Amino acid sequence: MLELQNVYKTFEDRTVLADINLSVPKGATHALIGSSGSGKTTLLRITLGLIPFDRGYVKINDQPLLSFSPVEWAARIGYVPQDGGLFPHLMGYHNVSLIAKLRGWGNSKIAGRVEELRKLVDLPASVLKRFPHELSGGQKQRVAIMRAAMMDPSVMLLDEPMAALDPLIRHSLQQELKAIFNRLGKTVLIVTHDLGEAVFLADRITLLHEGRILQSGSYADLLRHPADPFVTLFINAQRTLPDAAEVA
Amino acid sequence: MKKWLMAGLILAGFAPLGALAAKAIVVGSKVFTEGYILGEIAAQDIESVSKVPIERKLGMGSTGILFAALSSGAIDLYADYTGTLSEAILKQPDLKSVEDIHAALAKMDLVISEPLGFDDTYALAVKESFAAKHDLHTISDLARVQDDIKAGFSYEFMDRKDGFARMAEHYHLHLDPQKVNRMEHSLSFQAIDDGAVDLIDTYSTDAKIKKSKLRVLADDRGFFPVYQAVWVARKAFVDAHPREWQALKQLEGAISADAMIDMNSQADIQKQSYAKIAAQFLGSEAPRSQSLQSNILRRTREHLWLVGMALLFSVAVGIPLGVTAARYHAAGQAILILSALIQTVPSLALLCFLIPLLGVGTKPALAALCLYSLLPVVLNTFTGVRTVDPQHLENARAFGLTRRQVFFRIVLPLASPTVLAGIKTATIVSIGTATLAALVGAGGYGAPIISGLSLNDVPTILTGAIPAAFMALIAYGVFEVLDFLLIPAGLRKQR
Repeated sequence: MLELQNVYKTFEDRTVLADINLSVPKGATHALIGSSGSGKTTLLRITLGLIPFDRGYVKINDQPLLSFSPVEWAARIGYVPQDGGLFPHLMGYHNVSLIAKLRGWGNSKIAGRVEELRKLVDLPASVLKRFPHELSGGQKQRVAIMRAAMMDPSVMLLDEPMAALDPLIRHSLQQELKAIFNRLGKTVLIVTHDLGEAVFLADRITLLHEGRILQSGSYADLLRHPADPFVTLFINAQRTLPDAAEVA
Repeated sequence: MKKWLMAGLILAGFAPLGALAAKAIVVGSKVFTEGYILGEIAAQDIESVSKVPIERKLGMGSTGILFAALSSGAIDLYADYTGTLSEAILKQPDLKSVEDIHAALAKMDLVISEPLGFDDTYALAVKESFAAKHDLHTISDLARVQDDIKAGFSYEFMDRKDGFARMAEHYHLHLDPQKVNRMEHSLSFQAIDDGAVDLIDTYSTDAKIKKSKLRVLADDRGFFPVYQAVWVARKAFVDAHPREWQALKQLEGAISADAMIDMNSQADIQKQSYAKIAAQFLGSEAPRSQSLQSNILRRTREHLWLVGMALLFSVAVGIPLGVTAARYHAAGQAILILSALIQTVPSLALLCFLIPLLGVGTKPALAALCLYSLLPVVLNTFTGVRTVDPQHLENARAFGLTRRQVFFRIVLPLASPTVLAGIKTATIVSIGTATLAALVGAGGYGAPIISGLSLNDVPTILTGAIPAAFMALIAYGVFEVLDFLLIPAGLRKQR
């Protein structure tokens, strides 16, 4: 379970985040959505423990971030950067196993865990022997998910998982991601600007605007009972294509 | 880790340890034929009466380097000329007599012998054919051709107080400055042979005057000072080795101008070894000369040692400096500017600065090489580290890598192609620059190149130049292997 309570962040005199409250129950998938400049990247970096915040709590399973060292906190969050963020000098296998190796895992333990995850994300073994520049966008994304899940963290955090993919691959990968999340059974937070992605992958959505949370709830809630005129504006802005009825 | 160890072993192979020299009498010489011959005569003369080992550091450079070497005790003696001593060393051109010069040098704890017998003064020479065409016999006659004549003068002649400028004034000559070229002395004969210049400065005992069919113009207004050859030695040497000094003094008045021209021509034109010429003059057996093969082998060892050590230094110091420069902006600018500044100092000037501090031999040569090989490594490390995508660094921290792990697991591998390219540049440049080390007696491939240049003897030059080129090629090959070992495969394939 991932919780943000009453989080504030200011850069110099500018308030970037104010009174952020967010709770993702164990096993649930939640999307944090907002346009650029909404503060979602700052919130992502705070949650990862990369930058300090002014007030409030970030907790995983009721244990606050500040009670851990950066290394201990990192073990609790599996992070999938935008576009996978694989290290170009390491082949897939070594991208996945890097952290385990640094934590002193033996080779056979590493191999066993990698094999388990490989089946879970449904990748052929040969893909792990390739370097990132030899992988397709979808393969990179899956290797990155394996890397994030390697140390068996309680929470998975994904940054714009679909942004760099072309629309057709997006569609098929969306299905698979959802299945992978189900199989992993982890608490998942997806940070995105893309409503379609959020709606498809997440059970609940939180809309962030100018450093504040406007509304949290299911897509239906946001659609039918918008807490703020901007919620409707945001939803409508993302429905760029006319539907069949309108075209006819 | 294993491959880094392997790379380390390959690099270590570059640096076989040089043998440590025993305490010996060190004979130096200037870098032209007569200097080599006189140095060899001094060395063999001492060897004939002494059991103290002799170290020959012949062909070390020009007056400034020799004198600095003598003052610092890096050499014990060499042959010089009275005119040079009073002008270039004592800066008292009025001192003409040997007694006066002797007294002035004594204050610097230096001793000179009586003249060896010949006078090697500056002279101006033109082609016989050119002289006949324009009816030139004296320096004064040059006034008739002063607008058209092309001159090639040595750096020393151009820059000395009693050199070109004063001579021109003395003779009221007005040569066209556009047509006065500065060039390395040994190349000026080639230039006059090829017709590139008409007038050169030379020494009155130079064998090439005959070979190139030159006419020496008479110094009809008595401008050039007397340049009598003498031994110059440290007082400490004279005190510690009276017998050896006595043997050298036996040669006072013993070398006539004819004998010197003859010996110069044996070296320059008949290509005899200095050792053999000196032995013939002294009426003794020539010391067994080393075979070409063992010579090249020894030069290779000296050269490898210089380059290898400079390389180890540039890696050990340059990489940390480059990383520091990439990390801290202010320190970074200071480091980059400083290492670039070092690079702009001409190598000969840098060697001259280093001699008072480090003496002659391998120390100043090594120091200069280390400084020169620094910039490519520092600059490439800086660039390599700075161009690592910061997103990778943030991701690595989010995954829980410590600062140290981020540096060694992410930054260094990603920067490695650029860093290695810098080390490669430093190595190849060092192999070339190390040939200058011979000027301060550090040996290496430069020794045959410099002695060959002074003789205008292409085969001798090639015994240094060809192995140096080969070494550069081999180094290039070694780095291809290192690239393969050290650059992560994922980065290699991308290129």
